Amino acid sequence: MTQVAPGPAGPTAPAARGRFDADERGYFGDPALGWGGRFMPEALVAALDELTDAWHDAMADPGFVAEFEAVLRDYAGLPSPLYHAERLSRQVGARILLKREDLNHTGAHKIRNVLGQALLTKRMGKTRVIAETGAGQHGVASATAAAYFGLDCTVYMGAVDTRRQALNVARMHLLGAKVVAVESGSATLKDAINEALRDWVASVDHTAYLFGTAAGPHPFPSMVRDFTRGIGDEARAQCLEQYGVLPDAVAACVGGGSNAIGLFAAFLDDEDVEVWGFEAGGDGVDTPRHAATIVGGSSGVLHGARTFVLQDDDGQTRESHSISAGLDYPGVGPQHAHLAATGRATYEPVTDAEAMEAMALLSRTEGIIPAIETAHAVAGAIRVATRLAAEKGPDATVLISLSGRGDKDMGTAIEWFGLGQPDAAEGRP
Amino acid sequence: MTGSATGSAAAFARARAEGRAALVGYLPAGFPDVAGSVEALRTMVDAGCDVLEIGLPYSDPVMDGPTIQAAAQQALEGGTRTRDVLRVVEAAAETGTPTLVMTYWNPVERYGVERFAADLASAGGAGLITPDLTPDSAPEWIAAADDHGLDKVFLVSPSSTDARVAMTTAACRGFVYATAVMGVTGARATTSDLAAPLVARTHATTDLPVGVGLGVSTGDQAAEVGSFADGVIVGSAFVRALQDHPDDLPAGLAALRTLTEDLAGGVRRAVRTPQEPARA
Ligand SMILES: Cc1ncc(COP(=O)(O)O)c(C=O)c1O
Repeated sequence: MTQVAPGPAGPTAPAARGRFDADERGYFGDPALGWGGRFMPEALVAALDELTDAWHDAMADPGFVAEFEAVLRDYAGLPSPLYHAERLSRQVGARILLKREDLNHTGAHKIRNVLGQALLTKRMGKTRVIAETGAGQHGVASATAAAYFGLDCTVYMGAVDTRRQALNVARMHLLGAKVVAVESGSATLKDAINEALRDWVASVDHTAYLFGTAAGPHPFPSMVRDFTRGIGDEARAQCLEQYGVLPDAVAACVGGGSNAIGLFAAFLDDEDVEVWGFEAGGDGVDTPRHAATIVGGSSGVLHGARTFVLQDDDGQTRESHSISAGLDYPGVGPQHAHLAATGRATYEPVTDAEAMEAMALLSRTEGIIPAIETAHAVAGAIRVATRLAAEKGPDATVLISLSGRGDKDMGTAIEWFGLGQPDAAEGRP
Repeated sequence: MTGSATGSAAAFARARAEGRAALVGYLPAGFPDVAGSVEALRTMVDAGCDVLEIGLPYSDPVMDGPTIQAAAQQALEGGTRTRDVLRVVEAAAETGTPTLVMTYWNPVERYGVERFAADLASAGGAGLITPDLTPDSAPEWIAAADDHGLDKVFLVSPSSTDARVAMTTAACRGFVYATAVMGVTGARATTSDLAAPLVARTHATTDLPVGVGLGVSTGDQAAEVGSFADGVIVGSAFVRALQDHPDDLPAGLAALRTLTEDLAGGVRRAVRTPQEPARA
């Protein structure tokens, strides 16, 4: 591990533009290469400009930042702990640290982003929010923030996802949100985004679109990163405080990439810290059934940004597959495309089977049931930790964003593992 | 330069010489199938469309309402590929009617921007309408379109600032597409009161003709829009005429002909507003 002085802490310390950040038009890296940008109907440009201005203005306003920090602390329960998973560490032979975003209010990192965007919505004087959701976690977080701030809320969700995440649909209903099942296209997250964008075109005057991940048109990738970068800022400060050193590697699962970019942002300038993103490998990236966009996709434009996309030879979006609804997305945030292209971060796939194995492993070694999304990060991080342990010994440290808890995924786990039947008298082995 | 002979400006000029707006008809290629879409487009020309827009079916059509999205999905499920779209363009352009492609951006980027422009021009296509590509994100397309003499039709919206309207019209060639409502495509019972002011704002920045789209489905609406716009753009209503006769193409074509004639009558009986300047 590398010895360094403590860096800027605090969940929202607004960062000056670094070499991995977007330019003012939302392009990451060489503008000729053009990751990111804004490939959107003209009808939404004014709203995106308004949002960009409001976000810049808010982040420069100490009052807004203080209010955001207060609501994160008092309502969402932040900062989340950095926890040394000792039994798992012993098993792997390296030190594994878990950034416990699963302990946040509503059970995932997503609450940071929605509280930030909802606070901004209030500041902009809008009264209604819309959101899209895959796993339902972002929908639940949005419905929660809407309830907290007294905003109307409509959540778009692929019809397929409403079925596999019925519990979260019920939670959104209880929180007072309207949930619209989207039947078009593949009836999953990408189609929910299309539908939310359509709603937005017709309602921009009074409605804010709480985008659920660090993808989409500028300013969403950068704005969502700024609202979630508390994950990394907190974790970095906690790691230094608790261990006096930085981790050798940080790891997170990547759907659209909000929890990953929130973690990574704090470490990008720490050259000695390896940065790892784990994508949903589904049945394997050599099969058609996966959601590993960076590893198995190609450059294209989807949902307003140039990024890696799962697509066919004609540029039609290919259906993605993952056992975790939250990673089941054929695009990825453009900053991740840039980090992959520059080699600053490395992205690898984790299959459904590997993720489920990691879900069980973390449950049994630590008594923590992670979301299946998160389990992808755990599986991938164990790979990295095993290698680092061989290189550096047991002090090798891998810090994982434990992005969410697994309650919502019990249905899938019951099916996968055949759980829920009483054990024989001698118990499970 | 190729393609300029079939540019859309000529059709707008002809309509203007007749003291009326041009009727612009949209249909996705490959709907109801590739051959059927060619027949449908020929019917539309025959019954009075001045300019054709051929939709390139795309999996994620953010600006489209349910009618056009369903048609595009049917086309994709029927196996329509980008090269089929270019074949449909070729067949439609043979009628001598300026034929533009309306497309979301990713299929063009995937095909190769320069290659797409070249193949579109050699198919006789007049240009491209790009609903999710604004001029400030389009340097590659602008260069390729200029190389091949293709029309560049960008959209203005009621929410566009005056500065953006000016920036957009400066980048257009052929005509300017004014989206009359804040919302997605789809036939509407009433036309939008946002349209006329937007057309006026657009005219203030350019001599190019301004077409108004989104929502028109009847001759009366066409007459109303034709009173202040240089082009009346109709999409969902044409698609619906075919959708209403799912397994009977001849009946669908007959409905399409009736609708086109109604709309063509509308643009011809429109009373042009006096403040509409006669431009050179
Ligand atoms: C717990 C959890 N982790 C990760 C994700 C993936 O999203 P992102 O890549 O934006 O962090 C989700 C999405 O629903 C989630 O619920």
